[in-house]
This record gives sequence, C-alpha cells and structure tokens, in this order.
Amino acid sequence: MKRVILLMAVLLVAVGAYAQTTVEFWHAMTGHNGDMVNTICDQFNASQKDYKIVPVYKGSYSDTMNAGIAAFRAGQPPAIIQVYEVGTATMMAAKNAIKPVYQLMSENNMKWDPSIYIPTIKSYYSTSDGRMLSMPFNSSTAVMYYNKDAFRKAGLDPEKPPVTWPEFFEVAKKLKASGMEGGFTTNWISWIQLENFSAWHNLPFGTRSNGFDGLDTQLVFNNPITVRHFQNIYDLSKTGVFIYGGRENKANPLFTSGRVGMHFESIGGYGNMKANCKFDFGVARLPYYSDVPGAPQNSIIGGASLWVFNGKSKPEYKAVAEFFNFISQPEIQALWHKETGYLPITQAAYELTKSQGYYEKNPGLEVAIKQLLNKAPTANSMGIRFGNFNIIREIEDQTWEDILAGKISVKDGLDKMVREGNKTLREFEKLYK
Amino acid sequence: MSKQYEFKAPVLPYLLVLPQMAIVFVFFFWPAAQAVLQSFYLQDPFGGRMIFVGFQNYSKLLVDPDYWQSFTVSTVFALCITISAMAISLFLAIQANKKIRFSAFYKTMLVWPYAVSTLVAGVIWLFMFNPNVGVIAYVLKHTFHVNWQYLLNFNQAFLLLTMAASWKQLAYNFVFFLAGLQSVPATLIEAAEIDGAGAGTRFWKIIFPMLSPTTFYLLVMNLVYGFFETFPIVHAITQGAPGKSTGILVYKVWRDGVINLDLGSSAAQSVILMLMVILLTVFQFRFIERRVTY
Repeated sequence: MKRVILLMAVLLVAVGAYAQTTVEFWHAMTGHNGDMVNTICDQFNASQKDYKIVPVYKGSYSDTMNAGIAAFRAGQPPAIIQVYEVGTATMMAAKNAIKPVYQLMSENNMKWDPSIYIPTIKSYYSTSDGRMLSMPFNSSTAVMYYNKDAFRKAGLDPEKPPVTWPEFFEVAKKLKASGMEGGFTTNWISWIQLENFSAWHNLPFGTRSNGFDGLDTQLVFNNPITVRHFQNIYDLSKTGVFIYGGRENKANPLFTSGRVGMHFESIGGYGNMKANCKFDFGVARLPYYSDVPGAPQNSIIGGASLWVFNGKSKPEYKAVAEFFNFISQPEIQALWHKETGYLPITQAAYELTKSQGYYEKNPGLEVAIKQLLNKAPTANSMGIRFGNFNIIREIEDQTWEDILAGKISVKDGLDKMVREGNKTLREFEKLYK
Repeated sequence: MSKQYEFKAPVLPYLLVLPQMAIVFVFFFWPAAQAVLQSFYLQDPFGGRMIFVGFQNYSKLLVDPDYWQSFTVSTVFALCITISAMAISLFLAIQANKKIRFSAFYKTMLVWPYAVSTLVAGVIWLFMFNPNVGVIAYVLKHTFHVNWQYLLNFNQAFLLLTMAASWKQLAYNFVFFLAGLQSVPATLIEAAEIDGAGAGTRFWKIIFPMLSPTTFYLLVMNLVYGFFETFPIVHAITQGAPGKSTGILVYKVWRDGVINLDLGSSAAQSVILMLMVILLTVFQFRFIERRVTY
C-alpha cells in the first residue's frame, strides 16, 4: 500500500512539473549584469504560470558557447543560449543546430513586429533580406571617454571634446604636454579602430556587404583612409602620445588611473568607468576624418544575442517565444538599459527612458544611442558577419602589436591582416559549401 | 624481473585493477582516440559537417612557419625554465642543508610556493609587472627609467614568463634536491675532507655525482613542466602576445580549439604533443632505470 501511495505521489509531482514547462537559458553575464538577468527571468516567471525560464551562468562568452556546442553534440542543449557577436556567423552557418527567431515567432503565432527593434541592432542579427535569426540581448557600441579634469588642467574646454581625428590628435598632444603620461589609448583595436572605424566612415570592411550576402566575402579594409589612421596612431606612439594598453579591454586602467586623458571603450563599460574613475569624465562620439564623404555614418554594435537550439518540444518553443516577447517590452528594456549600461534594443524603450528624464543625469548613454541612430545603416554599416571571426580579430591584434613594435610597416601590416584574414575566411567557406 | 609475484587467483587481480583501468580508459584512452580521429577531419563545431582530409591538418602545421616558431619558443622556454629553476633550487638546497640557525624555518618557507597553483602564480607576477597596473613595473619605469612594456617587447615578455614559471617550480625542485643531499653519506664527505679536498672539489667530485639520479629525474620533470604545464602562466600574463611570439604549443592548442573552434587543427596539435610526451616518458624510463644508478 505504501508503495502505491509513493508511486502516486511521484506521478502527481511529475504531472505537476509537466503542467509548467521549464526551459534553460545559458548565459555569460557576471556581477551586476548577471543579477539583472536573474531579475528579468524572475519577473517573467512571476508574470504567468505556464512557463519557467531558468537562467544558468556558464562562464565567459567562449565558455558558454563551448558548453552549448558540447551539449548540442551530446543531444542535451538548452533552449536558449547567449552567444557573443564573433560567434554569430558560426551559429548562422550551423543550420542543423539552430531555430531562427523569425520562424519561432511565426510558428507560435506570436504578435511580433520586428520593426520595433533599433535598425542597426536588428540588422546585425538578421539575414540580408531582413529575417531575424537571433534575439538581440545585450548590445553596446564603441564611444570615446575623456577626462574632463585633465581637459581643464590643459586649458581645454571640457564641454567641447574633439570632433574630428585631426582635432583629437592635437588635443592628445596638449594633454601630454600638460603633464600626463600620454594623451590617449584604446581598447579593442579590431572592433573599435577597424570595424567601427569603417562603418563610421561608410567604408566597406569586407565585400558582399561585410559578409552579409555570402560566405565568399573578402576583407578590404586596407584602404588609404584606414592606413592613414593607423599611421597617425603609430606616429604618436613613437612620441608617447599614444600608449598601448593591451588587447580586448585591458587598456582601461591607463584611463581610470588618470595616466592618459582620452580612451575608446564600449558603452557597456560605462558602469565600470563610473565606479573606477576618481575624476569627472565625459562620453563623446567617435571622431571622424571630415574629408571622407558620408562620414560620420553610424557606428555598429557589439555584445551578444540569444540563440534558440533546434530539436526542442512545442511547449518549450512556446515558452521561449513568450519570453522573447516579454523581454522586448519597453519597461523591461528600459530597466535593463539603465541598470547595465547596454543599449535598449527597441526604439520604444529609448523613448521611455528619455521621457523618464534619465539622460539628463546620464548624458553618456544617450551619446551612444544617438551615434548608433545617426543615419540609416548602409551596406557598410549594418554590421559585420564573418566566419572564423575570432581568428580574424586575433590576426588583427597580433599584427597591430607587430606594427607598434616596429617589426612591420603600417601599410604592410594592414595588407597582412587582410591577406591572412582572407585565408581563414576561405577555410570557413570551404567547410560550409 | 625475478622479484615479481604471481597471483594464483585467476579473477581477483583483474577485478582489483578494473576500476583503475576503467578510469584510465574513460578519461585517457577514449579522449586520446577521439583526438586522433578528429585530427583527420575538417569539421564544424556543431558536428554537422565532417569532411575527411587525411593528413592535411598535420601537413598544414608542418609547413606553417608560425607553428615552427611556436615550437622553437616552447623549446627554448622549457630549457630556460629547467636550467634556471634547477640551478637556483640546487643552490638553495645546499644552503638550507648546512648546519645553520633557523634552517627548519628556511626550508618551510622555500617549500611554500609549491602550494600556489600555477594560474595564481601567473596572476601574482602579472600584478607585479603589468605595465598598466603593476607595482614593480611602476618602480622600473619611474625610479629606474626602464622602458618596461612587455606587451610589445618580446624579450621582456619572455623574461617575465621564465621568471614566473621558474619561481613556481623552485619549491618542487628544492624538496627533491634537499632529500637527495641528505642521502649523500656524511662519511664520504668527511673522508674527502681528510684527504684534503676543498669545498669545490667535494661538491663536483662527490656530491654532484651522488645527486645525479635526482638531477636526472628533475631534468625530465622540469622539461615536462616547461613544455606542458606552463599554460596557466602564459594564459595569465601574455596570452601569447606580443604578436604571437609567446604562444607556446600548449597555449596554441587551447586557443585554436576552444576559442577559435578549429577542432581539426587543434586535435592534430594535441596528437603531436601526445607523441612528444610519449617520447619523453620512454626516454625517462630507459635512462633513469639503466644509466643513472650506482
């Protein structure tokens, strides 16, 4: 008898669990951003009874992606996984592994209008004919940070940051002359000074709409304007006006400790700057070369999006679709934007944040959005889509270090980045043909 | 050979070694076989496409100057670590083995770094020497006016990695050398002293030869450490920079496989590393067992 009761209890629990569909969401957000992921999932879970989203932290972006790949190969993938921008092309090419978001939404008969998303963010994760493959989540863009106190000390107007690159370099020299160790540094040489630089000047980074139109794309960023830009930075490194601080975001301490007066970093790093800068700092648009036609165009995004794995059950997909709709609401997006510094992914969320008067106190965040919305994106500025993107960025980082160390000239260095990068693009093409 | 004991029971011994064999099979042989298999394919990370390419992953590596550069750096790196870590720890062991005050204290302190994990060792050295945040880097730049920028200077980067990796290995070597020194019979040394041998002669003619089994064992262990276990140090301090000049073989395997998702090439590289470990092991057994004994 006892056994029967036990069996029935187990069955009841099983039925209870069946009534509520649980899906896992693997992500790479840490610290406060990780808490916000949990908050948003909690809000979704509390908003209805049928579905439960369980956020699981899986380590760094590459750890998370590898965990997803391993889980897929073992037949146990999560429903949702957060993948960084360099993994986008790999995910898109893995047609057997993913379920495109536009398909997910239409299959579940969701009221879903893709035009609510900010164009430059939407385009980054869509096919060239506009079908959205993954859900934008944490998007950022590159901006310039500058030390207002240092500007004052050097006799410069802290409310007038330099607008063009020639002005920028002059200001950098003045900052150094005023007693700073150097004038400026930059993070993410590939993302900021090559990819965003190209988009901002409406120059092609690669052929075939920066890779959106096909795998047979070629890198073409070794143009005279980019060569001139890198030559300028290289020349200033010789006099110590530019200081190299390392790859990725490793140059941050040079700026936050007040050793250089200007810096380039993601708007996603705004919170970190606020926490670490013991001086008054400002955020400004990326500078541009005014003799380039069409500049400034618009900057492009970085960050990560949410991908849906293939082979899940109908209720699970319904849960994911409901969740995606939930996180696209203006209130949720505005909360995410204000708490993390990442950009709101919809126009409505931007308007809402604005109407709340948030940007009056935090003008820096609006600079980033305006820069992204500056003009309607062109084929050169809707984003970058390359296979083996990580390897390409690595080649760029390595070669830039060789340029700075004087092992190769600027022109030869950029040619080498393009040549080696194209080799790895061909490898990717060969694999997916 | 004659000392071997033969079990009479037909089943029990096999049952007893079975758990161990199962572990070895699941965690070593099976993944190793997988690596060999994958090294013959070009594949997308999700396993959707597998294109058989034969030895192409290997041949590409062998004609790649970057791979040979990585090989050279790894070899020089392992040799530098081995020489410096062994020489310094032998010197320290000799000093600690003397009859001095607080020798137990010194010995304890010298063994301590062994408790530090390799990654943490790397991070400690990073915090001291990073040009952006390092304390010693600051002193080097502002007090001694050294142009300290290992992010762009290969020699500085290599020196820093060698120091960090050798420091981590000192404690291990120290323990073995100290034990080795303590097992050199005091009577031999006394006899030599009576015969009029000076300190130098005593060391080179008696102590050093008597230590040779220990030295040889440590030589192999240090080479293995320098080649294969220094990954966390490179990962923490340089990540292969400047350029790709400090990208040692183990770092490259990880980078190409885990970050860049080039599984075929990464598998081929790990098979090559596996062959190197096998060679080193065979070498160690052959020589330790046969040559360096008394």
